[in-house]
Amino acid sequence: MTKEAVLGAIRRGLRRGALPEDQTAMLRGRMERHPRQLIPARSRLPHAEQVDLFVRNVEKEFGTVVRVAGDAEVPGAVADYLAAQNLPGHMVMAPHPELRAIDWSARPLLEIREGRAEGSDMVSVQHGFAAIAETGTLMLPSAAERPTTLNILSDTEIVVLRASRVVGAYEEAWDLLRSEIGAMPRNVMLVTGPSRSADIEQALELGAHGPRRLHVVLVDDGQ
Amino acid sequence: MHVATSSAFKENAHDALADTGLQRALARSGSSFIARRAAAVANLPEFEQLRDTARDIKNHTLANLDFYLEAYEAKVLESGGQVHWCSDADAARAAVLAICEKAGARTVTKGKSMIGEELAINEHLERHGIEPVETDLGEYIIQLRHELPSHIIAPAFHLNLEDWEETFRKSHTDLPADRVFAERRDILTEARTKLRSRFLAADVGITGANFLIAETGSSVIVTNEGNGDLTQTLPRVHIVLASIEKMVPTIEDCTSLLRVLARSATGQDFSVYTTFSTGARRAGDLDGPEEYHVVLVDNGRSAMIGTEFQEMLRCIRCAACMNHCPVYGAVGGHAYGWVYPGPMGAVLTPSLIGVKQSGHLPNASTFCGKCESVCPVRIPLPNLMRHWREREFERHLTPASMRWNLGLWAFLARRPGLYRMVTRVAVFGLGWLGRKRGRFSKMPFASGWTAARDLPAPEGETFFVRYAREQRSRVPR
Repeated sequence: MTKEAVLGAIRRGLRRGALPEDQTAMLRGRMERHPRQLIPARSRLPHAEQVDLFVRNVEKEFGTVVRVAGDAEVPGAVADYLAAQNLPGHMVMAPHPELRAIDWSARPLLEIREGRAEGSDMVSVQHGFAAIAETGTLMLPSAAERPTTLNILSDTEIVVLRASRVVGAYEEAWDLLRSEIGAMPRNVMLVTGPSRSADIEQALELGAHGPRRLHVVLVDDGQ
Repeated sequence: MHVATSSAFKENAHDALADTGLQRALARSGSSFIARRAAAVANLPEFEQLRDTARDIKNHTLANLDFYLEAYEAKVLESGGQVHWCSDADAARAAVLAICEKAGARTVTKGKSMIGEELAINEHLERHGIEPVETDLGEYIIQLRHELPSHIIAPAFHLNLEDWEETFRKSHTDLPADRVFAERRDILTEARTKLRSRFLAADVGITGANFLIAETGSSVIVTNEGNGDLTQTLPRVHIVLASIEKMVPTIEDCTSLLRVLARSATGQDFSVYTTFSTGARRAGDLDGPEEYHVVLVDNGRSAMIGTEFQEMLRCIRCAACMNHCPVYGAVGGHAYGWVYPGPMGAVLTPSLIGVKQSGHLPNASTFCGKCESVCPVRIPLPNLMRHWREREFERHLTPASMRWNLGLWAFLARRPGLYRMVTRVAVFGLGWLGRKRGRFSKMPFASGWTAARDLPAPEGETFFVRYAREQRSRVPR
């Protein structure tokens, strides 16, 4: 049995047998507590400043952000962005209750299909679960209402994010995920800016295989 | 397995120094990695403490690796995935092939994976009629050119723009021959278009793993292009290739390592896509693979545990050591002759393929210590290279001339009076011979030095003599 061979070789190297019960209980306890390690001070700020730091970091990583006062302004912000980028109004949107609750009919030129992205989709609209100010990073866990393909297959990804969901450090976002979703989703993407590559002569070029543009519509939900 | 040419390091290095294209690429790229890392580190006051944290997490994991591997496996099974334990490369290749054949795979997309290079998994799949397609831009061109990567995070480090253009014209014969490559973006766009259809058509996607998390049974990949995510999301089957030392206990531990990984590697605060995969598609999911397999590979790692080389298993493959290495910077990655170049390769390669075949690598170091000073998990690389030199010497693998010269030097060094006398005579003699030009362009037994540069002539006295004289003439206070 290969598993036993690998574990046996490791134990021989460590000069011991399988760990005794008290030690495995201790290690199990550490996993259950999942203690935080050193967290950089840079994101320890009042919430409004964390949101500002998040915006600055997204822009530093070549993403764009527009801030709107409420859900009612989201369709207009999306339509204006697409028009400014000279992009068509066809979009594939995450079937998330928060996105469905938005009155998209205010902008009749937007053609919305709900579901996962296909190879031909140019623009996707994703629901932002949380965001991390520390590095301008979006946390996008997979779910029936938040398909993964929306993050990677379209040319332009638009993420609708409530400002109250911006936290300081990654650890705070993991805590949100643990308390609200529970078990680890199949896929959790941490996204920081649009796709890029520096494989050609170590010079940065945007738009490798993932989205060429990443645009965040940040909804001020007054919390 | 790739045939290692590490035993020909001297000849490889000689050829590399004469390769003008390679030298142009090295001169262009070397300094940019160093500057970007320095800027990222300067931006994070806690960076040095985070290196300690990263080292401690890895040490804790390695000391309890058997426990964490079993805990990890239980979580993978719980989330609907499968784990295939493999002692060596043969077993790992067979496991991957069996999964692909069972899936009826014709084409397989691949994310960048160093363990995949170590197993030479592409060649194995090809031999069995399955077409592997590398999707990382650098790996893609390396595959088209039938080369090995020359750097662990920038596989095409050794290529210049004209190499890209030439290879793309030669390989993409279905595109108009008169198309124009005016800038790098045109290359990127062509690769994006070419690979898009491959992503959508693949039956199986193979990725590596930067980390495996015991707490959740997750595999983590870090990319900037998004190719790894397309590879692991679109096909029906996802295979993760991972070696056993990728293990970390918790998400928080992984997060701490991620804070030092991108900064050490590319100088980014965080990579564009850091993705945690846990099991197969869940009920209600609209996308994601229906099968999730982890091929868990030992291939020489467990034999390093409990030896002086255990510290090497902390390595998170950031490439900071090679980016800062003067030897790597002079000869590039291919000279090292196998999968892992630079200082980390000089320590790891002898562990994996034997010091007999790769003894030159730990000797190809000036021991300047730069690699250790930038390593995010504080691996004492020069010290580990010294251990390999000692083992090589003990096993009588070093050439006779070198052993003889070392013996001669040791004889003198143990007799300080004689040592000073001999060096005085030698330095005076050389100083006299070189008194006109102040340097030598040719010298017997020193052609290795003088072939590429002049040897400065000594100024007539030894360090000891000058030191003693200057001590005497110091003005007393």
